[in-house]
Amino acid sequence: MLNIDAIKKGIVIDHIKAGCGYKIFKELGLHKADYTVALIKNVPSNKLGKKDLIKIENEIDLDLTILGLIDPDITINIIENEKIKEKIKLSLPKTVKGILKCKNPRCVTTIEKIEDVEFTLVDEKTKEYKCEYCDAKTSL
Amino acid sequence: MLKGRHLIEPNDFTIKELDEIFTLAEDIIKKPDAYSDICRGKLLATLFYEPSTRTKFSFEAAMLRLGGNVIGFSEAKSTSVAKGESIADTIRTIGCYADIAVMRHPKEGAPKLASKYSNIPVINAGDGGHQHPTQTLTDLLTIKLIKKSISNHTIGLCGDLKFGRTVHSLVKALSRYQNIKFVFISPSELKIPQYIKDELKGHEYYETSSLEDVIDKLDILYMTRVQRERFISEEEYLRLKDSYILTLEKLKNAKKDMIIMHPLPRVNEIAMEVDSDERAVYFKQARFGMFVRMALIIKLLGVEIYA
Repeated sequence: MLNIDAIKKGIVIDHIKAGCGYKIFKELGLHKADYTVALIKNVPSNKLGKKDLIKIENEIDLDLTILGLIDPDITINIIENEKIKEKIKLSLPKTVKGILKCKNPRCVTTIEKIEDVEFTLVDEKTKEYKCEYCDAKTSL
Repeated sequence: MLKGRHLIEPNDFTIKELDEIFTLAEDIIKKPDAYSDICRGKLLATLFYEPSTRTKFSFEAAMLRLGGNVIGFSEAKSTSVAKGESIADTIRTIGCYADIAVMRHPKEGAPKLASKYSNIPVINAGDGGHQHPTQTLTDLLTIKLIKKSISNHTIGLCGDLKFGRTVHSLVKALSRYQNIKFVFISPSELKIPQYIKDELKGHEYYETSSLEDVIDKLDILYMTRVQRERFISEEEYLRLKDSYILTLEKLKNAKKDMIIMHPLPRVNEIAMEVDSDERAVYFKQARFGMFVRMALIIKLLGVEIYA
């Protein structure tokens, strides 16, 4: 059995769908971290069967919008003195700005430099968002 | 109050605001001379990044018939856009000269982007295959004037429903009215996009590839052209371009008071012989388009009506 030490102060990102851990790890820039981090893949889980898990021995600002967009079912545990101080449940954000790119080749965003294009959630099941300019649907 | 507002998509205006525009358009139709000087000293900029005759002329005629003036361009090649100027900068500059701007652009969402940076009203005159709200105002006014009410109709939309922005805008606008049944008639390659169907808000709709099967049920038949410019493959265009040709023979089964609409230009989809049928209203529709644009310009400029 693989043994990863409990962390004293930091963050545990739990219930990550198996296989999605590395995406989140990279999205948060943890591959460049100079503090202790661990990505544990395919951990047995009662809820999911298998899950990924990330442990971060540091206090960092998490972009909950991006995390919610990647996987709204993950749980964020804030750890202090080796105990869970706070549990944050994520959800799919209703709107996202500056994260998604419109995939419609006829959209104005493909020719103009526009920062913070807003996308609005239109389908929770498929995680599809609508571009504010051309209304075309897109997903991460 | 519509003064200073933009028109990017039909739903930017409430039903009440649309009614105000239609009422004004009807008044202009009744007594055009009373409005012939109402926009004296006002300037309309027509920013047409892709070719157009009808819409551009319709707007220009509308402004000139109101006593105003017009500046503009018909293709991006001859403007600073060719030097790489952004839409945001173009509209901010034009706002220094003109009082109101009309924009047609091949990219979807371009007029919306312009409106974010504009200090003058921006009217979307067509953005790619996305929206064409003033055509929709034209269509709604035509239905209102000829069928006496915009509500309670079965409308068949026939042809290129995938790229046809006039169809997209009209469907979206009609879905706000009571008791509208939609019949979408197209080849499977040119079906109406799902996101438009998602916005039908409980209205009944039916999809078919056969015009003959449904023509007897329609109160309004809205024909559209298969647009060569929206196809990447010429071969695909040639295969689909003559999918539907409306003839007098096909009209035999249609209701006597059904109306045939078309945003124009027509290519092959309505045979010339149909023009003399009193159900064909597409040239009237084009004329109503100019009057509804006159009403829109008056409202967005907020000029005083002394007629």
